[in-house]
Amino acid sequence: MSERVVELEVLRYNPETDREPHFRRYSVPCREEWVVLDALNHVKENIDPTLSYRWSCHMAVCGSCGMMINREPKLACKSFLRDYQGVIRVEPLAHFPIERDLVTVIDDFVAKLKRVKPYLIPKQPKALEDGEYRQTPAQLKRYKQFTLCINCMLCYAACPEYGLIPKFIGPAALSLAHRYNQDSRDGGREERQQEIAATEGVWECAFVGACSEVCPEHVDPAAALQQVKIKSTVDWYLEHAMPWLNK
Amino acid sequence: MSRKPYVRALRWEWLTRHPRYPRYLLRELSCLFIGGWTLMMVWGLARLAQGPEAWAAFLDALRSPASIVLQALALAFAVYHSVTWFNLTPKALPLQLGEDFVADRVISGAHFAVWGLLSLAVLLLAGAF
Repeated sequence: MSERVVELEVLRYNPETDREPHFRRYSVPCREEWVVLDALNHVKENIDPTLSYRWSCHMAVCGSCGMMINREPKLACKSFLRDYQGVIRVEPLAHFPIERDLVTVIDDFVAKLKRVKPYLIPKQPKALEDGEYRQTPAQLKRYKQFTLCINCMLCYAACPEYGLIPKFIGPAALSLAHRYNQDSRDGGREERQQEIAATEGVWECAFVGACSEVCPEHVDPAAALQQVKIKSTVDWYLEHAMPWLNK
Repeated sequence: MSRKPYVRALRWEWLTRHPRYPRYLLRELSCLFIGGWTLMMVWGLARLAQGPEAWAAFLDALRSPASIVLQALALAFAVYHSVTWFNLTPKALPLQLGEDFVADRVISGAHFAVWGLLSLAVLLLAGAF
């Protein structure tokens, strides 16, 4: 089993003692199969127990360990050390305030997620004894890709629009809204449109496409946002230019 | 314990994080060249309305080296914008037939084909052949 020493440069910030964040360098002896998260765990266990970061599953499912690795948003558990040369720079996710070290404040994202109502709002509520809401495989496939979001927020760290205009609801929340709008069992589109078809919704998106490039689950948020734009535009024309069609 | 989150200011630094960002900015900037070329066409129409001499002077101005450089730049930007845009069309216009989605290359390919046909039609109308 081969072993090499990697140099990690980690952005540290202690709100109790620091005025601003600063980098600290750690030399970590690592194994071939290690990911950045393993190196951070090594630092915490053997070098500096005060290092703070979020993680849970270590298998790209929980979405907790999102961070900037060499200035690109990545899941630390999915970033193999062998794919990097030289010093590896680890920073908290861009565009979010830093709570401490690599831990960011995610309140803004959680509040936005709530606003778009990312849950099934049935067209006609059914009593339990009436059975399940049924769906064909084709109807499932229509939105399945957008269900894969793990709320890791890498797309927010990649999106310059969110960085420049923090009011923007952002890629993940809008994609989840689209996921429910595309669901044949759902009837909540009108309620969600108030939030997602607004300026702070999809219209703040300039289609940079970075969200889809960094998404570890291949959700393709950029696609979801453009589809919402097109559907909202069609809505507007139907309502204003061709009102008779709506009757 | 009280919280003291640190907010990092977003500077132009984001443009250097990955080549995708300057590429995106280039696509956005292409509108200036395409818009400029369109204004030039409007100016040409105005000159045409002023009579044959004004129109001839306009055509002469178009042949100046500076004008040729600017038009070549506008063409390059228009092509870059169109190609990157058509490549993104499968994201905006997914087509589900039965259970499966039509392949991305079919959707962008259809856009490229229509673009080519329309360009050919314009060139034919302009008497280029």
